[in-house]
Amino acid sequence: MLTKKIVLLAALLAPGAALAASTAHLDDAGTDIHNSASLQRGARNFVEYCLGCHSAQYVRWNRIAADLGIAEDELEKHLMPAGAKPFDTLVSAMPAAQAKEWFGNAPPDLSLIARSRGNDYLYTFLRTFYADPARPTGVNNLVLPNTAMPHVLAGLQGVKAPKIELVTHNGKTEGHIAGLVEGTPGQLSEAEYDEFVRDTVNFLDYMGEPIKAKRQKMGVWVVLFLLVFWLLTYFLKKEYWKDVR
Amino acid sequence: MHRSGPEHSCVRQNTQGLLMTEHVDKGRRQLLTAATALTGAVGAAFAAAPFLASWKPSARAKALGAPVEIDISKLEVGAMLKVEWRGKPVWVVRRSEEMVAGLSAVDPLLADPASEASDQPEYATNEARAIRPEYLVVLGVCTHLGCAPLERFTPGDAELGADWPGGFYCPCHGSKFDLSGRVFKGVPAPTNLAIPPYSFLDDNHILVGQDTSRAA
Amino acid sequence: MANAPSKAAEGGRTKGLMGWIDDRFPLTQMWNEQWGKYYAPKNLNNWYYFGSLSLFVLVIQIVTGIFLTMNYKPAAAEAFGSVEYIMRDVEWGWLIRYLHSTGASAFFLVVYLHMFRAMLYGSYRKPRELLWIFGMVIYLVLMGEAFFGYLLPWGNMSYWGAQVIVSLFGTLPVIGSGLVEWIRGDFYISDITLNRFFALHVIALPLVLVFLVVAHLLALHEVGSNNPDGIEVKKNKGPDGHPVDSIPSHPYYSVKDLMGLAFFLILFLGVVFFAPAMGGLFLEPPNFEPANPMQTPAHIAPVWYFTPFYAMLRAVPAFMGTQVWGVLVMGGAIVLLFFLPWLDRSPVKSIRYRGPIYKVALALFVVDFIVLGYCGLKPAVEPFKTLSVIGTIYYFAFFLLMPWYTRIDSYKPEPQRVTYHAH
Repeated sequence: MLTKKIVLLAALLAPGAALAASTAHLDDAGTDIHNSASLQRGARNFVEYCLGCHSAQYVRWNRIAADLGIAEDELEKHLMPAGAKPFDTLVSAMPAAQAKEWFGNAPPDLSLIARSRGNDYLYTFLRTFYADPARPTGVNNLVLPNTAMPHVLAGLQGVKAPKIELVTHNGKTEGHIAGLVEGTPGQLSEAEYDEFVRDTVNFLDYMGEPIKAKRQKMGVWVVLFLLVFWLLTYFLKKEYWKDVR
Repeated sequence: MHRSGPEHSCVRQNTQGLLMTEHVDKGRRQLLTAATALTGAVGAAFAAAPFLASWKPSARAKALGAPVEIDISKLEVGAMLKVEWRGKPVWVVRRSEEMVAGLSAVDPLLADPASEASDQPEYATNEARAIRPEYLVVLGVCTHLGCAPLERFTPGDAELGADWPGGFYCPCHGSKFDLSGRVFKGVPAPTNLAIPPYSFLDDNHILVGQDTSRAA
Repeated sequence: MANAPSKAAEGGRTKGLMGWIDDRFPLTQMWNEQWGKYYAPKNLNNWYYFGSLSLFVLVIQIVTGIFLTMNYKPAAAEAFGSVEYIMRDVEWGWLIRYLHSTGASAFFLVVYLHMFRAMLYGSYRKPRELLWIFGMVIYLVLMGEAFFGYLLPWGNMSYWGAQVIVSLFGTLPVIGSGLVEWIRGDFYISDITLNRFFALHVIALPLVLVFLVVAHLLALHEVGSNNPDGIEVKKNKGPDGHPVDSIPSHPYYSVKDLMGLAFFLILFLGVVFFAPAMGGLFLEPPNFEPANPMQTPAHIAPVWYFTPFYAMLRAVPAFMGTQVWGVLVMGGAIVLLFFLPWLDRSPVKSIRYRGPIYKVALALFVVDFIVLGYCGLKPAVEPFKTLSVIGTIYYFAFFLLMPWYTRIDSYKPEPQRVTYHAH
């Protein structure tokens, strides 16, 4: 009986889930790449939970150490996998061929994911997994419907349940997901989990463009210098153009 | 045009709509031009610097040129290990006690026995040109034109003559080096074989390319 | 020294090193003719910065382009990675890359403003028709240069953008499909296509561009610069042979253009350091994923500077089973610009002395171009579809009806001397 209900629900949900793709509201990630503490936590989160399947092939360990203010030997002790050298790039433990076999899609490299999808997308994605028995992983996602990714962070967030609203349209009744509600609990509270994800997305943002924080700081000096230079050229021009009547 | 002093000049009126007989403050013009030119030059230098700096070895080059760890636990006496570091051959020779003892006897045949003119870290300026005399760590690049010399460790070698003390022989142009890589007199090569920076991680491991331990 | 003094004709130094050079190479003469003693009208206003700025941006693109080529790999398997290598591993590589990507957009912004100046003041009118034509050819070559360059990062938008534009040529009857295969050098956009686009972008078109810019400047100096009043200053020459309303470019336009450059640099470097992606306009999000022939981006749009013409392309529906009409309309829109000197029949050059019809028409043209550009960025849905159609019709009407409305428009008498207020 329960199974029938679930299957019926799943069947009603399917079209709704497909619609969810382009219309999912994205929450504000609220990340700050100038916050080293957050970036360090995010780096730890990434190594613990993401690196198992996702590589970051354009990012080097020693660059993370330098930019995040972590000593290289601390990095080696606490973050780097055994055998990795500081100048190596972030390679995932999972062989690419197996990944495609097990998940259908190879888990994408995450070096540039923040630049191609945006922080808000990633922040919302990691927080909108919900229980869906119709899926092989047992979960689905509001931002990326039918994602092949399991809810790796289920231990921390728990697994949410979808809130279904039945909508009758032109004689057809469809289930739309109106939101997510508490399902099974996880280790962290909602606020703690949000911060966990924020730190992780912050780190993904950093990985997308490691020079970003520095270039913004440099930019201030560059523009100040140019303002001075412009002022000088302005007075120079005015002086010579006194000649022209 | 008539001038009324070095700081100011009165410019003749012309029909171009240029300055009528008013004072041109030459001093101010010179000052502004100089200030602008100076600031511009500083700006240009700051603009040029990144382009020049981009030629420095990149992070990838530094990664590929990173120090190489060698396991010497299986190296037998009189044998040689070869590895590559920064695109060049690095040789580790395990010398016997006789080989080390015989080094000073070769001095009269050498162009630079005290390694004054050649390229090595300061811990390799001794006669053995090594941290521990038992192990020679040397770049296998002839200092003449870059060929890889051959190992001829046996004294009295058939080709090289009965008084050959043992060492390296370069087949390209006949340069000869002793068991510390020091160059013989009268050969084309000008200096001793170079010694790269290296250190002992422990008794069985040498790190080529880095002097101090990893903590640096 | 025993050398005979060199020609002191234009006030060049005759002694020392310069004298030695001038005896053997017309250096001082060239400097004087092309800049130092090139007399230009004194009333040039803010619309006149964009020519020298275009030249400056061209230099930026060449210099940064050369340094990018030192580290970029033009092979499908390596291109995307080599760009990230530049961004992360090469010292200051990120700055060189952002200067080049921002420079591309800056180039078009500056060139569009430069062209608009010509429309304001009739700078394309006789005797400057050839100057305008050289400029239009530069614009065409620039568009090609940008198109070829955009494939090089080998991102997903690079790939699909090239796919769309190259397949436009497939709509041409008879020669279409053969032409597309010939352009690609392969049956699909591949490593082969990338390599040849690299050659075109890095050396072929830049060489052509440099020659065209030289021709453009020579043509300008031959007839002399126009000015905001649109009157020919050469009609009124002083006793020294120079127009009474002109001043030597050096030092007056040297210092003025330097000031303009300094201001431009504030804006340009502000973007480079604070907003190089410009919210996805200069560096699009899909391009941070490698080219994927199996997956098209949610919607393909060209970079902003092409979008007005892209909107026109999409505005024209298929007729008689072919999409070629959109291609012809898009091409026609650009070709039409070449004829501007002959479409404009007003007795006066500058908008200052034209009547209300032209003023309104030009103002609407500006709005039209921007609206078309905005529509081109958006997906082909309402209201953008209808707006694109209206925009395309207005664009063509602006030019095709110009011979008529510029003739019937009222005009004010042009002054004898330029209007100038000391500043």
